[in-house]
Amino acid sequence: MPETKILYNPGHTACGGCGQAIAARLVIEAAGEKTIVVNNTGCLEVFTTKYPETAWGVPFIHSLFENAGAVASGVESALKFLGKKEGINVIAQAGDGGTADIGLQALSGMWERGHDILSVCYDNEAYMNTGIQRSGLTPFDTNTTTSPSGRESFGNPKMKKPVPEIARAHGIPYVATASVAFTRDMQNKVKKAVSIKGPKYLQIHVPCPLGWRHEGAATVTVARAAVETGLYPIFEYVNGELAAVQKIKPKPVEEYLKLQGRFKHILKSPEQIKKIQDIADNNIKKYGLKLEA
Amino acid sequence: MKKFVEGSYAVAEAVKLCRPGVISAYPITPQTHIVEGLAQFVADGELKAEFVNVESEHSAASTVLGAVATGVRAFTSSSSQGLLLMAEVIFNIAGMRLPLVLACANRAVSAPINIWNDQQDVMTIRDSGWILLFAENIQEVIDLHIQAYRISEDHSIMLPVMVNLDGYILTHGLEVADMPTQEQVDKFLPAYKPLYKLDVNDPMTLGSLAMPEHYMETRIAIQKTLETALELIPKVSSDFKKAFGRECGGLVEAYKIEDAKQVIVAMGSVVGSIKETVDELRSQGKKVGVLKLITYRPFPKEAILNGLKNIPEIAVVDKSISLGSNSPLYTDLTSAFIGQTKIPKISGFVLGLGGRDITKDSIKQVFDKLSGKQVDCEFIDAKKELLEEEYAGN
Repeated sequence: MPETKILYNPGHTACGGCGQAIAARLVIEAAGEKTIVVNNTGCLEVFTTKYPETAWGVPFIHSLFENAGAVASGVESALKFLGKKEGINVIAQAGDGGTADIGLQALSGMWERGHDILSVCYDNEAYMNTGIQRSGLTPFDTNTTTSPSGRESFGNPKMKKPVPEIARAHGIPYVATASVAFTRDMQNKVKKAVSIKGPKYLQIHVPCPLGWRHEGAATVTVARAAVETGLYPIFEYVNGELAAVQKIKPKPVEEYLKLQGRFKHILKSPEQIKKIQDIADNNIKKYGLKLEA
Repeated sequence: MKKFVEGSYAVAEAVKLCRPGVISAYPITPQTHIVEGLAQFVADGELKAEFVNVESEHSAASTVLGAVATGVRAFTSSSSQGLLLMAEVIFNIAGMRLPLVLACANRAVSAPINIWNDQQDVMTIRDSGWILLFAENIQEVIDLHIQAYRISEDHSIMLPVMVNLDGYILTHGLEVADMPTQEQVDKFLPAYKPLYKLDVNDPMTLGSLAMPEHYMETRIAIQKTLETALELIPKVSSDFKKAFGRECGGLVEAYKIEDAKQVIVAMGSVVGSIKETVDELRSQGKKVGVLKLITYRPFPKEAILNGLKNIPEIAVVDKSISLGSNSPLYTDLTSAFIGQTKIPKISGFVLGLGGRDITKDSIKQVFDKLSGKQVDCEFIDAKKELLEEEYAGN
């Protein structure tokens, strides 16, 4: 074994197959030991910091559900005051609810003020810690406990909130998406992001076996299918310009939907599947995802 | 140096002398002058600090939380709705045992919206674990801020301190006050030495999840620390006297109560008006006095009981109300007497809500009514015609 510090220790209490647990480890390993992590309330904070234990081998602070953007701003400002910001990364991380809903105002303030902080959103597309409630990043037609399917409902009636575009509109230098199925790409993006001064936003797609209703062993398969169908486009904006996308040979969206219990209610509805195929087609067109032969 | 100074500006200058490294605030009437003053000091290079203009009070409190957790002295200021928006973070800062000083320009809460003075805002965070100090005048505003950092950052305490100053009456009033020199303050207030912080060379986890087997003891620890604070606060005040040559701070201040038959218990700027009224009534031969609370949390029960022993009639004057019960200070004071062998007559009065003037006549009414039937919650200077006509049936 090489003598490296363990930045994210095993033995935490995440569910088997948790996409967020895998991604969080890869993110901190890519960012390195000279990193301070500020974490919103959510699954990740709960399963890594149960007193008196901690999974974190880097300095870590959790305050509240919605304020990682502001706490991280204070951390970064304090480092600047001390003259110690050079060589130290600050990461503000949260789930999709803590990013897209309750924490968006603090993030917007942080982006607008130009703090040298990487915000990471672990997007498992609902409030999983509290029992699978719908968030602003829950996809169209998802069956959640607060957007249940029923005789008069196909589940969540709204599209995913375009947080990467909202981040980009702040004029920040780096905005990207990644998937836990493509770990090298994810880690490269973390390394690239922390090398850039200013605010950065990285949104990582992380399946939740419990909430999405698939086997724990299928996490990577499911995440890969989201990318390969065009439902989770992987892209990178540098200084506001589209710099790279992950090209795909688009598969029909059923290939993704059928893997998960949360979409079971629409599998026999060609009309609903068509609507979801339109979302994927729109992504493919918008970001130029199709791999030309 | 003595100068004619506005209360808000006095806070800014006192805080500057304390050398905070991070200041963050959101503008809210009437605390805005405080942070405007600090912003100017930073802009002029007179204060080396990071000034972070945030998008809400919630973020202001969160930003200073992050700064203190990184080992840097910080300052923020708020009032009224801003403090209420911060409330979640206020509890969090105390629970995380982070030392901090916040100036609260006390003001009414909405609705109806009203930007004027009372003390209902601070009462909403009364139970948060913060040390709550109240200033009577601009000199105390200055001196309490300097003492607040010493108390907060003491390794036996490590809890935040809120310095309360009445909105407008103190924030926008001008008085002659002595502004200490930088050398004096540097000598009295050493640089902040954190007990724990976010440090890449010594990683630790702050803000853990506590299960039922651990949570309760974290609250007991704060309770015990606040008991310790009752000993430290007078000690810091006496150190302050040695360093600056004047009395300020501590738990309570007694004014003409040795032989008094009637004493008002109050806190904040209203005490100045009460003292004047006491002087006037004493010149007419009335045995009256006032006991001022400087420290409201931790509640200085022993100091109060000691100050009020042998006083037959006590009136609590409060600028806040726990709607559906009595005023917070009245409830605290009456409960302090439980178990005492001699229990005086204690009446509760609520005055000055939403900026209604408290005049000498208002205070004379309190002394008059104190001679009559005991009351728990009597409003002074309430307008009968409004209650009977416009709000009738509500």
